[in-house]
Amino acid sequence: MTVQQEEVSAVEARQEQQARSVSAATISSLVVLAALVLCPFFISGFQTFQLNLMLIYAIAIMGLNLLTGFNGQFSLGHGAFYAIGAYTAAILIDTFGVSYVWTLPAAGVICFVSGFLFGLPALRLEGVYLALATFALAVATPQMLKLSILEHWTGGVQGIVIRKPKAPFDLPLSQDQWLYFFTLFVGLLLYWAARNMVKSRSGRAIMAIRDNPLAARSMGVNVALYKSLTFGVSALFTGIAGALGAIVIQFVAPDSFTFVLSVALLVGLVVGGVGWLPGAIVGGAFIVFVPNIAEEISKGLSGAMYGLMLILLIYVMPTGAGGLIRTVTDRLTRR
Amino acid sequence: MKDRFKRVGGLSAVVGFSVIAFAAAAQDTGVTDTTIKIGLVQPFSGPASAYSQIAYTNEAYINMINDNGGVCGRQIELITYDDGYSPPKTVEQTRKLVESDQVFLIFNGLGTPTNSAIHDYMNIKEVPQLFVATGASKFGDPENFPWTMGWQPNYIAEGKIYARYILDNIDDAKIGILYQNDDYGKDYINGLRAGLGDKADDMIVMEQPYEVADPTVDSQIINLKASGANVFLNVATPKFAAQAIKKAAEIGWEATHIVNSVSNSVGSVLKPAGFENAVGIISANYGKDPQDPQWEGDPGLQKWSDFMDKYYPDGDKTSSFTVFGYGVTQTLEHVLKSSCDDLTRAGVMKAAASITDFETDTALPGIKINTSATDFYPIEQMQLMRFNGERWELFGDVIDGSNATN
Repeated sequence: MTVQQEEVSAVEARQEQQARSVSAATISSLVVLAALVLCPFFISGFQTFQLNLMLIYAIAIMGLNLLTGFNGQFSLGHGAFYAIGAYTAAILIDTFGVSYVWTLPAAGVICFVSGFLFGLPALRLEGVYLALATFALAVATPQMLKLSILEHWTGGVQGIVIRKPKAPFDLPLSQDQWLYFFTLFVGLLLYWAARNMVKSRSGRAIMAIRDNPLAARSMGVNVALYKSLTFGVSALFTGIAGALGAIVIQFVAPDSFTFVLSVALLVGLVVGGVGWLPGAIVGGAFIVFVPNIAEEISKGLSGAMYGLMLILLIYVMPTGAGGLIRTVTDRLTRR
Repeated sequence: MKDRFKRVGGLSAVVGFSVIAFAAAAQDTGVTDTTIKIGLVQPFSGPASAYSQIAYTNEAYINMINDNGGVCGRQIELITYDDGYSPPKTVEQTRKLVESDQVFLIFNGLGTPTNSAIHDYMNIKEVPQLFVATGASKFGDPENFPWTMGWQPNYIAEGKIYARYILDNIDDAKIGILYQNDDYGKDYINGLRAGLGDKADDMIVMEQPYEVADPTVDSQIINLKASGANVFLNVATPKFAAQAIKKAAEIGWEATHIVNSVSNSVGSVLKPAGFENAVGIISANYGKDPQDPQWEGDPGLQKWSDFMDKYYPDGDKTSSFTVFGYGVTQTLEHVLKSSCDDLTRAGVMKAAASITDFETDTALPGIKINTSATDFYPIEQMQLMRFNGERWELFGDVIDGSNATN
């Protein structure tokens, strides 16, 4: 066997391995998808509602992941965009009688613009400084929502109550099931968009900025524009999640969007895996279910239990669920 | 023969079951022959977790009920969940209680935004949302929300009580109001206006709002003094109420100063404001203050104290939260006992809406709980009190906020 032949066969083997892992990935995503589609038919309305919340948080985390995981910009303030999306939906439904379906694009656009605008001044800030600036956004949001000038729209501290939509076309689905599938559909659409974006030229530019901004600039990437755009797109995702959240919870109030929400999203991102889009589902599940488990163990010490579980989890899978899955599949394929 | 026997046996079993089913017809979800399942969602964690003492007191009181044989021959099973004062979590936890744990009713949920979030849900599901721990007036609306009821005096009723006092005691009153710019503040003003009736516009000379985000209320106090008001109604939360008391004394504004009950805590308002600045301030209350020496030897408060020692020894006996938790659970006990014949959700709401002259151990003497099909505000009476430099002194009669208008 000549050197060339060896190289060819090595390349073939690698391609084969890649193909195998790709098909494994496809199969597992299909299994997860099938499970998500079938679940609501076997569980109670309340559990469907919980799963729905999980999906909504997953969408928000996906948005944060685009910014933090792929573009390397930290945000402790995504709860603010979630809140803006939620309030956009609630105000449109409550004051203007808009159908809930159309509130999503509206929330997306408004959040994209606010994210983009916030991204512009944030360009000067890096790492922890950016985290601090976004944290300020998260802390300020609940108070802004209480402002008396906006009260006519936001309902002040009282918040806004909205009615839950029914399934259209006489579909034999309960309200919970319908909203769940609606969220799932929106989530898949957004996942598809995010995946394509990450795999595109723009996606490579975004990641290049994360890995080496100088090199990216010398390659001709407009760093400032891409960073602001990523901020906008990230806010768009989170804002749509917020709008879905408002529709499913049927209520928005300033107390729903404290900085705790922003921190929860960041925790979900890290648990799911930074820079791995499907990890958002795991992160969403963590946000919804782990506090309940912690509470079940000890009510008085639920916060401590939550912390303990978080530490354990990070110890077991330091790179989140994404990293864990990658390590496991690597081991299996090597054998 | 054997077969027929079996069939007869089966038949009688069916008959027997249906008899049992018939006998149990007057029971609802969450009620069995031996238990009543009740759910409670409160902030055990998060920014409002100080209130969790109320939940622990609820729990302890129910343990006491169970030790004494329960109600209607049934033990109460209380399921508590934490919402961290976050409305979305309240919705999740409440739905878990109603749909998964299948509780009979939800009791004493805490907070205005949290209860607002489940207000619609509870009424669509027709599950009692009983004795919510908030004074917002919207939780007593039997026409639109027949499954929701508050407990403590609502802010409108309290506003009416102050109006009554001003009309009766102050000639030529010119009222200046400091209020928090939200529902809580506006409820008070609406109550005061309703209480003053036609004279409201003449008597109220200035209303000064503040935002929760404001650092101080100094400028508002200066404006109020400049308006020439001789009655100062202070509708602020503890921090701002203390600032206002201090500032009013500093600039020498000599007006009859009324502080709303939200901020009549000696420890967290009057002390930081300075006792010397707080002498003569008027407020209203409906519960006994365990630190007040006049209740020494009071049988009601003694019962509370014994209960605390036995069932909640870790609890704070100087806190108004434990007194509150005791009173509200005692009211629940009363309502459950009066619905023994009809232990359904509708039956409990009916019992809750027909309380007559019920007095809790911890309420001030003469303060009676009364409800009706059109009156979903259990406590509407309060008694006025004046600060003497050391403690509050009750004065005058118990005033009813529901009919304080004239």
